[in-house]
Amino acid sequence: MNWRNFEESLFKILMLISIIIVVSSLLIIVGLIVINGASSLSIDMITQSSSGGYYLGKGGGILNAILGSLFLALPATGLAYLLGIGIALYLQRDFTYPGISGFIRLSLDILWGIPSIVYGVFCIMIMIAVGFGTSLLAGILALTFLELPIITRYMDESIKTVPYELKEGSYSLGSTKFETAVKVVRRQAMPGILAGVLLGLGRGIGDAASILFTAGFTDSIPSSVFDSTAALPTMIYHLYASPIPSVRSKAYAAAFILLVIVLLISIISRVLLRKSGRYVIK
Amino acid sequence: MDKRQIRDIIGTKLMLIATIFASILFFLILFTLLSKSLLILETNSITDILFSSFWNPSRGHFGLFPIIIGTVIVTGLSLIIAVPISLLCAVYIVEFAPKKIRQIIRPFIDLLAGVPSVVYGLCAFLFLVPLVRDVIAPWFGVESTGFCVFTASLILSVMVFPIIISMCVESFCAIPVELKEASLSVGATKWETVKKVTFRASAPTIISAILLGFGRAFGETIAVNMVIGGKAMIPSTLFDPGETLASRIASAYSEMMSIPKYESALLFMALILFVVVLIFNLLGVFILRRAKKRCSY
Repeated sequence: MNWRNFEESLFKILMLISIIIVVSSLLIIVGLIVINGASSLSIDMITQSSSGGYYLGKGGGILNAILGSLFLALPATGLAYLLGIGIALYLQRDFTYPGISGFIRLSLDILWGIPSIVYGVFCIMIMIAVGFGTSLLAGILALTFLELPIITRYMDESIKTVPYELKEGSYSLGSTKFETAVKVVRRQAMPGILAGVLLGLGRGIGDAASILFTAGFTDSIPSSVFDSTAALPTMIYHLYASPIPSVRSKAYAAAFILLVIVLLISIISRVLLRKSGRYVIK
Repeated sequence: MDKRQIRDIIGTKLMLIATIFASILFFLILFTLLSKSLLILETNSITDILFSSFWNPSRGHFGLFPIIIGTVIVTGLSLIIAVPISLLCAVYIVEFAPKKIRQIIRPFIDLLAGVPSVVYGLCAFLFLVPLVRDVIAPWFGVESTGFCVFTASLILSVMVFPIIISMCVESFCAIPVELKEASLSVGATKWETVKKVTFRASAPTIISAILLGFGRAFGETIAVNMVIGGKAMIPSTLFDPGETLASRIASAYSEMMSIPKYESALLFMALILFVVVLIFNLLGVFILRRAKKRCSY
């Protein structure tokens, strides 16, 4: 066997090893969370709020974290969608110059890469400056900023593919630019828009660093937007290293539920993509 | 003016406002971080902050040197682990894998990208920390608690995999078959074709994927914080605890409100994160855009 064939088979083996590493790391992650999480999951765990302070607090479940996560991520995704759809539609040639839209796309790409902890720090500074501190509202704001570039760029890429003839058809019937954008372009780009929103939701619900300061951590379910709240990621972060097994099991259960939610979002987005694709004019 | 025209004007203006907001958000963050970190920059010189190791918030000393070294080591090591593995993985998926395996693996990688960072952290705590403590560190003849720079780099590299793999797979797929066929037809082996054609044709994408992966690893907070041990010292071996910029911000957040200067120091760290990630992402985006313009075969 000469060197070239040897090199070929050597790298084939290396490739197999690396693919095994990547696939097994996902399997290990899912396996660890399912084994630890399923054993600590019970009806009480998901129907009761925590009690007795964090880290050392025994008893109770993780209901407040589940609800907190939903209260944080759903409004944030809604806000980011509203802002994002406006931006993405505005970036079309019909509304603005390519130079300007290029600049805005670039700034969105940059915002996408900013570490979530920076968003967290930024939002808590803003909230303190306007007189609120740690609160549900601050958490929603941080997640909105975090999700905005993701959702917008996805929608934008999908809107870019809408054929110009379709818009021309709409214009020729006498519709305004706004009507065309909202009623024709948005519907045609629906699969991409949905994918973006769900991706943003998945990112937002799983992010801990941005809500660490902004949403804080409590045992109770928030009663207004000015209360601080627990969320699944922050609950895992605060409880995972507790010396008490029953407290640790809360973190495992929270991780299990978080992973299930994220996987569900990923599956739902695939199904929705297939379904909404039916109404797209090809 | 009829109703529809008014609606058109209002709608367009609202869209314009949203767009303006998105473009100033970036400057707003930069401005906020800058103005808050002025406090510490007034009293401590910037070289003193960046290159001194003396950390004593109550006396007003904020030497970030060990933290910066820790960040560089963790990020660098994680990329050294992640880049070859993800490149080989991408090559395998595109060039070597049977179609069935390819269809199974790609959703796997999407899933890996969607796993929240706190779950990565928890898994590192449950799996990697004991592994490093009981197997890897004794292997190198070092004693370690498992909460160390090496563990943090390992989990970071797993988090970087999906970014580099999915970008590279996309770019490898876009290379025209003719290019590869030309190479194969003159007798090159498959790996030689990969080395000399695929890698070269998609070099800009590979570089920008690595830069984006760097951005992710550099700014990752929670997973690192959970396993790095949280000690601001220059690690003498890879199995010593350390600290990164992002993890320090996360662990110090509760104390930061009490001392204004401490808060300012933490915001200065956030500013460093912001600027470094900004530079790397800009580089990545520009390389990718130029490549897209130039190599439009």
